[in-house]
Amino acid sequence: MASKVAHAYYLDDEVLMDAVRACNIKHYHIEEVYTPFPVHGLDKLMGLPHTRLAICAFMYGLIGLTVAVTMMNYIMIEDWPQNIGGKPSFSFLENMPAFVPIMFELTVFFAAHLMVITFYMRSKLWPFKKAENPNERTTDDLFCIELDASKLGEDELSSFLKDTGAVEINFKNN
Amino acid sequence: MNTFKNNIKILPIVLMALGLIGMAIGFISAPSSIEDVEQILASQHHDGHGEAHAAENHDTHKASHGAEAHNDAHAEKAHGHDAHAKHNAKHNDKHVEDAHGAHEKHLHHVLHQLQNKPWAALYIAAFFFFMISLGVLVFYAIQFAAQAGWSPLLFRVMEAITAYLLPGGIIVFIILALSGFHLNHLFVWMDPEVVAHDELIQGKSGWLNVPFFLIRAALYLAAWNVYRHFAIKFSRKQDEDPEGNVWYKKSFKAAAVFLVVFIYSESMMSWDWIMSFDPHWFSTLFGWYVFASMFVSGITVIALITVYLKSKGYLEKVNNSHIHDLAKFMFGISIFWTYLWFSQFMLIWYSDIPEEVTYFVTRINDYTLPFFGMVALNLIFPLLVLMNSDFKRINWIIVLVGVVILVGHYIDIFNMVMPATVGSSWFIGLPEISAVLFFLGLFIFVVFKALTKADLEATGNPFLGESKHFHY
Repeated sequence: MASKVAHAYYLDDEVLMDAVRACNIKHYHIEEVYTPFPVHGLDKLMGLPHTRLAICAFMYGLIGLTVAVTMMNYIMIEDWPQNIGGKPSFSFLENMPAFVPIMFELTVFFAAHLMVITFYMRSKLWPFKKAENPNERTTDDLFCIELDASKLGEDELSSFLKDTGAVEINFKNN
Repeated sequence: MNTFKNNIKILPIVLMALGLIGMAIGFISAPSSIEDVEQILASQHHDGHGEAHAAENHDTHKASHGAEAHNDAHAEKAHGHDAHAKHNAKHNDKHVEDAHGAHEKHLHHVLHQLQNKPWAALYIAAFFFFMISLGVLVFYAIQFAAQAGWSPLLFRVMEAITAYLLPGGIIVFIILALSGFHLNHLFVWMDPEVVAHDELIQGKSGWLNVPFFLIRAALYLAAWNVYRHFAIKFSRKQDEDPEGNVWYKKSFKAAAVFLVVFIYSESMMSWDWIMSFDPHWFSTLFGWYVFASMFVSGITVIALITVYLKSKGYLEKVNNSHIHDLAKFMFGISIFWTYLWFSQFMLIWYSDIPEEVTYFVTRINDYTLPFFGMVALNLIFPLLVLMNSDFKRINWIIVLVGVVILVGHYIDIFNMVMPATVGSSWFIGLPEISAVLFFLGLFIFVVFKALTKADLEATGNPFLGESKHFHY
């Protein structure tokens, strides 16, 4: 699909937020916003759906807990029971307090690592991936709004974006 | 300045009246001689209660790990002249009372426990509400020391809750002083006869003696109340004269000094006022453990009162992001409490050293339901309910979880105090509930009276604007 996008650059996150609000009022379609750091409230302004990563994190935590319980039960109770500190390990329940730190750590470990991996996959990030930023300065000090410009006049859009405080505006056909 | 409707004025008076009547009945109906105790025990046996109890004990023994080791611990502690452990050991074997003398001793012991019961109930409730206001005072000081921008809208609520610090502290001090003058026997180490036969307590008597104990208590209370006095004064002055933030800077410095003083004095307070109920036993993180309990209870009460005031149309600028932040603290500190509770438990359980492990043996055997129920109330319920981000903004969920957390931490204090003072003769009955009602009434009375004394917005605070715009 042949489409045209406008890239408007801003120097400040507050100005950027106001520009996004102005675009919303005009019903311009924002494709993406590139920022050097997470800007609070931007997701709500852009109307992005709430993240479901938290639900994943909860399930990953449960997986980690299950792995820990299964592992400790196999290692310490079934495979090689030992008598540690006068506590013969013949029953998982009776020895459970000793396994709690492991259960806790593996819950956190699974939740954290799988969450990061999920986030990378969902954001389509992998090693050697080529950056999609229109300008590498959006990783430093520039904020960029990518607008769908296929149905809009360039001049009209330029003057509108200038008014919102953009320092630079480019049009690009992909 | 603000006036509250009549029901919030009548409610605390009704609560206090009910509580006073209940406590009076509790004190009057406590047995005064071993004949009374014999009757009570006999009626329990007739109900089959004794047997059921013994069977229950047996089951919990089986379930709890290393029953044999624990019984040994009991026996050893009994040799150490610890009256309570002695009783517990005896209680388990109460069907093998062979000698009449042992029976007599047992009755005497139960008599002491039942006489302690109304006092212990009074003390737990007094301490519980006192610790809420102390926890809030610390939270308040942290807001200043951290120069927090989200919370100044809630400062007047926090200040009002800390108004209970002085009356609550005086009441706790009076109860401690009454113990010191032997009007009750909550602290075994205060009994010179017990000390005379107990080498461990003798070794600690440099710290655990009545005059020094009361001097320390007075010092802690004085230090906290002095900070409270100046914090309120500076906060009011800042409203009157916000120019240059002179008073705000004083608040900042006072808060920083207080926090350093507090963490030392709070640790010692927890050894004195709670840990010394079991004078043989010690735990090095006990101060932190008690702190976690008071901190989460305090934050919960801030949230509850904020939600209440908001529902009545006050605190218009408080939005659900503020509530969300308070709920995050409730959630986080509940987990912090569990971390400390479990750290204390696991090390002692694992090493299984007799003089340490008796503490948990008595709790798991005689206090099975409150001991494990507390974990459900203080960890599992808030963890599962408050985990959801959206739930932290819903008022009725905050109230529900808040009440559960407060009940859980009351039981936490109950578990700290009761096993050493009334042993297995515990029951949450009239004296306990009445004491809670009385102090709840007093607490509401003092806090809402304090709320009427100042503008609900700390108008001079330099971060008030940021707090009003706080949005997450």
